[in-house]
This record gives sequence, structure tokens and C-alpha cells, in this order.
Amino acid sequence: MNEAAMDTETETAEAPETGTLPLDAWHRANGARMVEFAGYSMPIQYTGIVAEHDWTRESAGLFDVSHMGQLTISSGEGAEENAATALERLLPGNIAGLKPGRMRYSLLLNDDGGILDDLIVTNLGSDTGQTLGIVVNGAMKWDDIAHLREHLPDAITLNLHDDRALLALQGPKAAAVLDNLVPGTRQLTFMTAAAFEWQGVPLWVSRAGYTGEDGFEISLPEDGAAAFADALIADDRVKPVGLGARDSLRLEAGLPLYGHDLSPETDPVSAGLGFALSKKRRESGGWMGHGTCVTRLADGCAERRVGLVLSGRLPAREGAAVMHGETQVGRVTSGGFSPTLGHPVAMAYVASEHAAEGTELTLDVRGRRLDARVAPMPFVPHKYYRGEA
Amino acid sequence: MSRYYTEDHEWIEVDGDAATVGITDYAQGQLGDIVFVELPAAGTKLTKGKDAAVVESVKAASDVYSPVTGEVTEANPALEEDPALVNTAPETEGWFFRATIDDMGELDGLMSEAKYKEFVAGL
Repeated sequence: MNEAAMDTETETAEAPETGTLPLDAWHRANGARMVEFAGYSMPIQYTGIVAEHDWTRESAGLFDVSHMGQLTISSGEGAEENAATALERLLPGNIAGLKPGRMRYSLLLNDDGGILDDLIVTNLGSDTGQTLGIVVNGAMKWDDIAHLREHLPDAITLNLHDDRALLALQGPKAAAVLDNLVPGTRQLTFMTAAAFEWQGVPLWVSRAGYTGEDGFEISLPEDGAAAFADALIADDRVKPVGLGARDSLRLEAGLPLYGHDLSPETDPVSAGLGFALSKKRRESGGWMGHGTCVTRLADGCAERRVGLVLSGRLPAREGAAVMHGETQVGRVTSGGFSPTLGHPVAMAYVASEHAAEGTELTLDVRGRRLDARVAPMPFVPHKYYRGEA
Repeated sequence: MSRYYTEDHEWIEVDGDAATVGITDYAQGQLGDIVFVELPAAGTKLTKGKDAAVVESVKAASDVYSPVTGEVTEANPALEEDPALVNTAPETEGWFFRATIDDMGELDGLMSEAKYKEFVAGL
């Protein structure tokens, strides 16, 4: 028996040897099986992927995502250009219009519209956009920093906060649990953030995540992380969840994973991320990759990222060919068994003429042909909290 | 009947020149929740050390190698309905396939249960 290594994010040449994150000992003490991921030793699972997956959908899962890059960019008083305007040259989102405490999903693009990384930008509190927080993929952070530093003016300060941990608490009971520990956090709505405090430890709490569930991401100094994680799992509604379930949860939620579903060979339009191209900025331009994106929006693109629902129980993994008859019309970029739905699902890039919902295709897995149908994503509905109706 | 183990965490139970093959409890624990097992059809020729089956867990696809050279006589039909049998009963009802053994001498290099336990303890 040969256990294939779990897919890891694209490694970068500058990444150091396997690093240790602030909660390393905490994970081991809590029974985690550790693997290398994004250059760090990370927990892949504690009790089992399906049990952790189901627990997150039913109660609340605690994830350590401290491998991600927590950056800030800022422009001092009297700077010629504020941080938001400078950043807008590198991505297609409306960042200057982001109000304090608001967050936005965006993409770093190259000149050809290829995706260098996906990220979340937060206005950290200044109404003039002078200080922004950016959270980027762990495996991409060194490349992202190099790209940002190369293209941002020297007067803009860029910092990597590698002395901070990042935890995610996700699931239908996350809000009740966190508010019990950190009163007031339940007032946040999806994609907003604010500063809080727990036993003297400063927390930056965002209502966001990567599971499709309601939940939070909590940035805090590494020294306070283990005690805070202990306080969270002291609540019976919370269990620690590893990278394995994080991947199956995000797949069910239809959320792309950089290095797999997104890459420099994909663009925002083909990737189905047109929502990240702000209407105002599509018109105004002035950002890397604008030309390609506008052309694709107007003329269509050769292929599109789609969801696939498979018949049977055999999953199709990354790399499986998508077939229409005897012709290959695409490739799977992420795939696996959906614990919530009880059957396999996948994401794939498929030629646009075969990408319409309901199209019947087949997938080649080790010479077998699996029936698959193009299906809308998310596969499992999102349950984000957008305020009381 | 006697049972042998491989370093790749397969077990093989031998009765005359007939064998039953599966994966060990240690293997299923490493793989986690198993969702599908791709088994060789009866009549498939097996070569010692070569791919014989594929186990799909929630995490990944893993190859299972044949401990001996021979020919498949039967694949476990129960695994089609209930692949999780490999998690719950890996060394009994969760067997993978039955096969003939061409060369009994191939069993010489395999481990006894005691040796395998020692091997796993050292991992």
C-alpha cells in the first residue's frame, strides 16, 4: 500500500525548510497527525476527516491557518498616494471604496490577467484607506511580497506579521461560542472585521472563512494563541479540525484553491470570479491584467471553471481528463468525496461549449469512465451571516 | 492456514495454493475514511509487488500491491456496497480479493504477525 501524499500548494523557491507554527505543540498535544504543507508542519487531521468535516457543518470547528501570510500595507500621513490607491494598480477590486472594517475578496493578477494569488483585503480602520490588511495563501506569501514590493511605491510600507497566529472558528455554533468568550463579536456581519480583546490579548476578528459556513477568523499575537485555542475547545461545541476537512469543506462550498483551481494560467473570467472585477474598475482600468479581463468579458473565454457532480462513489482527483465522447474537453483541478452529500464532486476547467449546467460528460479515472454532470456551485449552500433580515 | 504481512501493509492468508489478500489495520488507520475500493476482476493476472487494487479515501487514492504472483479468483463483493468495511474490519470481512499463488517460494520474504507488529511499532 502506498499512500499518495496529499496535494500541497505550489511551493516557492524562496520558501525555507519545513517551518514550525505557533500552535505546533498544541496540535500534537491534541492528537493531530502532522504533515508538511505550504512549507510548514501542519495538522492534517485529529480524529478523522469525515468526523471533523461533519462536526464543522453541525457545530463548530477550530482551524489553525497561521501558515497564511498576514500582511499590512500603509501610507503615512502626508504620503503622496494612499495605500488603497497604490494597491488598486495590482488588483481589480474597488479598494479605495472599502469602508473601515469592511473586507473584500480580490486577486493579484499579472500583466496577462493570469492569477498570481487570491486574497482578502481589509480596511483596518482608516477612512482614507491608509492602512490595509491583506491575507494571502501560505505557499504564495513570499512570491506575493516580492510582487507587491516590486510594484508598490517606496513610500508605501509593507509588513509581514509572522509573529501573529490566525485561527478560524467555523460552523453554525461558531457565533454563539465566540460571543460567549469575546462579547460583541456576534454583531459582526459577513465580510466585516473589528478589534476585540480577550484576557488582555488583542484580537482582530473577521466574520469570514473558507468552509461555506458562518464563522470567524481571529488574528492574534502568537504568544496568546495556545491559551485562546484552549479556551475555544473548552467549549463542548468546538473541536479542532485539520487540513483534510478544510479541503473537503471548501470543495463542497465551491471555493477555489490556489495552486489547483487557480494559477497564472487561469484568469478571473475563466475561473468564474467575475464578481471580483468591480464594475467601476472594469470601466476605469489602470490595473494589471485589465486588458485580458475586459476582452474575456466581452468575447467570452475558451474554457470555464465548473462544478461536476459524479455518479457512483469513485472520486475523480486533480488531473483527471474531462471527456465528451472520445474527445478531451477539460481537466479536473480539485475533486473528492463529499461527506455532506455522500457522493463525489469536482471542480474542472471545461471548454465553454460544454460548460453549461446540466451538460453530461465523463471523467477518465485510471481508464474507467465516470459519468458526471455540470452542476452549479456551491454544492452545499453557503450559510453566511449577513445580519438580521 | 497461515497469515503473512508485507512492508506495504498488505496481509495475505494462505490455504494451500489459495490466498486471501487485504490491507492491515495500521494501513486503514493511515488512510482514514475509505469511500471506494477498486478491485481486480476474477482472471486478472497478478505480479508480486505490482498494483493490484486502488483504495480511495476522503484524503487520497492509494495503490495496493499484490504480495504474490498469481491469478485473481474472486473480488470481495461486499466492498462495492460498503467500502467502509475496510475501516471497520480490515483483517476479516474487509478482505480485497482471493487469488492463486504461482510460486510458494514468494512467501519466504514476507513477515509473520509478530515481525509485522515489530515493524509497525518502529514506524
